[in-house]
Amino acid sequence: MSKLIIAGREFHSRLLIGTGKFASCELMAEAIERSGTEIVTVALRRVDIENENDDILSAIDRNHYLLLPNTSGARDADEAVRLAKLARAATGINWLKLEVTPDPYYLLPDPVETLKAAEILVKDNFVVLPYINADPILAKKLEDAGTATVMPLASPIGSNQGLKTRAALEIIIEQANVPVVVDAGLGLPSHAADAMEIGADAVLVNTAIATAADPPEMAEAFKLAVEAGRMAFESGMPSISKRASASSPLTGFLRET
Amino acid sequence: MTNFGNNNSSIKTILAEKGLDSNGKYLRKQLDKICTNDVEKALSAPVGTYNFNKLLALISPAAEDYLEQMAQLAHQLTIQRFGPTIRLYAPLYLSNYCSNSCCYCGFNKDNKSERTRLTIDQALAEADIIASEGFRDILLVSSEDRQFISVDYLVELAGKLRGKFASISIEIYQLSCDEYARLFKAGIEGVTLYQETYDREAYRYYHPSGPKSDYDNRLRTPENIASAGMREVGLGVLLGLTDWRVEALALAEHAHYLIKRYWQSHVSFSFPRLRPAPEVGSSQFKHLLCDKNLVQMITALRLCFADAGLVLSTRERAQLRDHLVKLGITKFSAGSKTNPGGYSGRCKATEQFEIDDNRNPAQVAAMIRQQGFEPVWKDWDIAFIK
Repeated sequence: MSKLIIAGREFHSRLLIGTGKFASCELMAEAIERSGTEIVTVALRRVDIENENDDILSAIDRNHYLLLPNTSGARDADEAVRLAKLARAATGINWLKLEVTPDPYYLLPDPVETLKAAEILVKDNFVVLPYINADPILAKKLEDAGTATVMPLASPIGSNQGLKTRAALEIIIEQANVPVVVDAGLGLPSHAADAMEIGADAVLVNTAIATAADPPEMAEAFKLAVEAGRMAFESGMPSISKRASASSPLTGFLRET
Repeated sequence: MTNFGNNNSSIKTILAEKGLDSNGKYLRKQLDKICTNDVEKALSAPVGTYNFNKLLALISPAAEDYLEQMAQLAHQLTIQRFGPTIRLYAPLYLSNYCSNSCCYCGFNKDNKSERTRLTIDQALAEADIIASEGFRDILLVSSEDRQFISVDYLVELAGKLRGKFASISIEIYQLSCDEYARLFKAGIEGVTLYQETYDREAYRYYHPSGPKSDYDNRLRTPENIASAGMREVGLGVLLGLTDWRVEALALAEHAHYLIKRYWQSHVSFSFPRLRPAPEVGSSQFKHLLCDKNLVQMITALRLCFADAGLVLSTRERAQLRDHLVKLGITKFSAGSKTNPGGYSGRCKATEQFEIDDNRNPAQVAAMIRQQGFEPVWKDWDIAFIK
């Protein structure tokens, strides 16, 4: 299996993990370990970023994992940029999962404000991983702006519905020159494998792991599914047809002679 | 002209058209006609979305036989949307001087209560105690004491609390949109404002005098809150004043109305049941809600509003609160004092109501952990607000 490269940095794992919704920090830490992930995202709203003893932050060993702060809860570009700068000033981390979600119910990303914030942050030397709807044009515009990845959603966050945006995801993957990380809505390991099989470079999973009855076990299930999906993709996928192709009814006679 | 729905109607008109601003005699008849088929249909509808008939079925007397099923669905949906987490907050009472005479409240201006109002320094001393208990989410509460607990006072206090708390919200008298906007800029991100009752006649009876006695002004205020940019708008009815089923329908219509129009504000519901208060006996209320119906109301609202915050205070007894952790509630207060100066114990002011869960915050957090849930002290960052 090939390595994932984001902003020049190599990763063996193609599974990114979110840290919300866990029943305890101990369970979260165990799930992170079993997932084999190397990138862990934390919501700046949930942690005391300046406090090393913060429950969540202290459960994530920064020697093993890249801590990826996210701006979940930001309603516009201003808020996201302000939060990002404060987080970088406190931690020195310049990687950022950019989330601008003005609607508090479905938490869908705002394309206009996300692009605006990405342009500002890239110029300010952030490594920006933007969460977006599965919009191929927006993905290209973000790539042009210099983001390190694009992170299109598979379906609304936390909904566990799988690849509802498949057609648009396929276009984004086809056109992208940066890694495509499918984020949000992956409810089952098979959904993650599905995303990897269509050529996503990585996936991000949170709710499906955090709210499983046994989160560490589910984390490992996702690890295996992501690996299986990627290996299948790299091994050359068979083409899919609606019909069986048993013989050559029109040209069979050519072989008979 | 074709009417494509009532998107331009005010909440006042919507409630009137549905008979939700009265004692709901017609709706009572409808509720009594709901049969098990209707309840089962409501339970098989997509979970988490609202429509009037679905909620009508779920809060009907017939649905009382389906409480376990409702509880299971509410629990699953809440876990999916919020994870096994409970957010914790503490109220800080600033004043119990009041210009209203609400019949159910210990701060009623006509009561011979011991009155106190905290200076900014006194409020900060109380806040320090709250912060030392682990809280990062604080709710500033005040009776209608506009001269002393003014907007200027709140702006100054919020400015001084910003360093200590990640989230500051208020539950005070009604303000104008401009005043709410000023408070938002000062770092206050949420406002809780109960209609108390949507029944006009009952509203008049229970709020005989003072600025709060204007029903329509009260009803409009959540729109001012949302228009001002507040992130969180807390709604509620005081359970026990009138028939809870009709109130639940009105509350849901109000929430639905706000969510459709002010799509960037998050709506939450509280479930304050009337409690005995100084000079207010519970015997005078004919509509007190039993535990079973409280559970029915909480789970029914969860099944209609997947992402709404559901808030439970220390009005409720410990044992019931323990059970409600798994029934859709997302936010608890803990260790609350409902009198100004109550945390430091320096003042002997009258409480707004008696609390029934006297455990300290650490004990409440331990109980939440024992149930396999994570107590969340911080789920917001003051840095969001400039």
